[in-house]
Amino acid sequence: MEQLLFWLWGGTAVVFAIMMILKRNPVHSALCLVVVFVSLALLYVMLGAEFLAAVQVIVYAGAIMVLFLFVIMLLNLEAEARSTGLPRTAFKACSMVGAGLLLLLLLGSGAVKALRSVLPGQAGGVPGNTEAVAELLFTKYLLPFEVTSILLLAAIVGALVLAGKRD
Amino acid sequence: MVGTTQYLALGAVLFSIGVAGVFIRRNAIVLFMCIELMLNAVNLTFIAVSRSLGKIDGQVFVFFIMTVAAAEAAVGLAIILSLYRRRQTINVDEITILKW
Repeated sequence: MEQLLFWLWGGTAVVFAIMMILKRNPVHSALCLVVVFVSLALLYVMLGAEFLAAVQVIVYAGAIMVLFLFVIMLLNLEAEARSTGLPRTAFKACSMVGAGLLLLLLLGSGAVKALRSVLPGQAGGVPGNTEAVAELLFTKYLLPFEVTSILLLAAIVGALVLAGKRD
Repeated sequence: MVGTTQYLALGAVLFSIGVAGVFIRRNAIVLFMCIELMLNAVNLTFIAVSRSLGKIDGQVFVFFIMTVAAAEAAVGLAIILSLYRRRQTINVDEITILKW
């Protein structure tokens, strides 16, 4: 069962990664990348890293990809897409990506029960590994954690300086 | 039970796809997406090895990588935006201001 799930989600990740680099329209690439991120999150659950699976969906598939899509739409690259592909093919691609996501979600929700039996150390209804990660993060890796906040501050200031209006 | 080798192989395949994307695409935004894919392949490797070693340190590292990736995406997309404002293109073949 675990093998089956691995091949299913690993295969999905590889197929959509290949589609991502082959699609001409950057919006399609971004949507394919979202599917890759979600299937990687499912693999993280299989590896017993529930906290990182949640962070993967929230931060990567949520925040970072929305940022990418915002920039793609801000730059108004749709003219290029219109000349390379018909609206009909674009529609087909969109529905394909949507169907892929839906399939993933359905399989994921259907496989929760199966997952619970294969997860290491999860049989007795123990809460996930969030506690263990937090404990390590706030004791052994406290200094890197604090440096990370400075890094994020620098990134915010840098993004504002680079992208803000100068005149 | 899925072996660590399989996860490592999957991570390697995803990383190679990301590298291939960097080589064949010329759109700066898609290049950034390929870099994100490579970072994710490394994350998968980290988590798989962390499980096989029975330690959770690898997951903390993945947490830091995700933070760095978020910061990198924000700054990189800001660079792309200001580049587009000046040059009206994000095709990396046409951006040659550092060449002479």
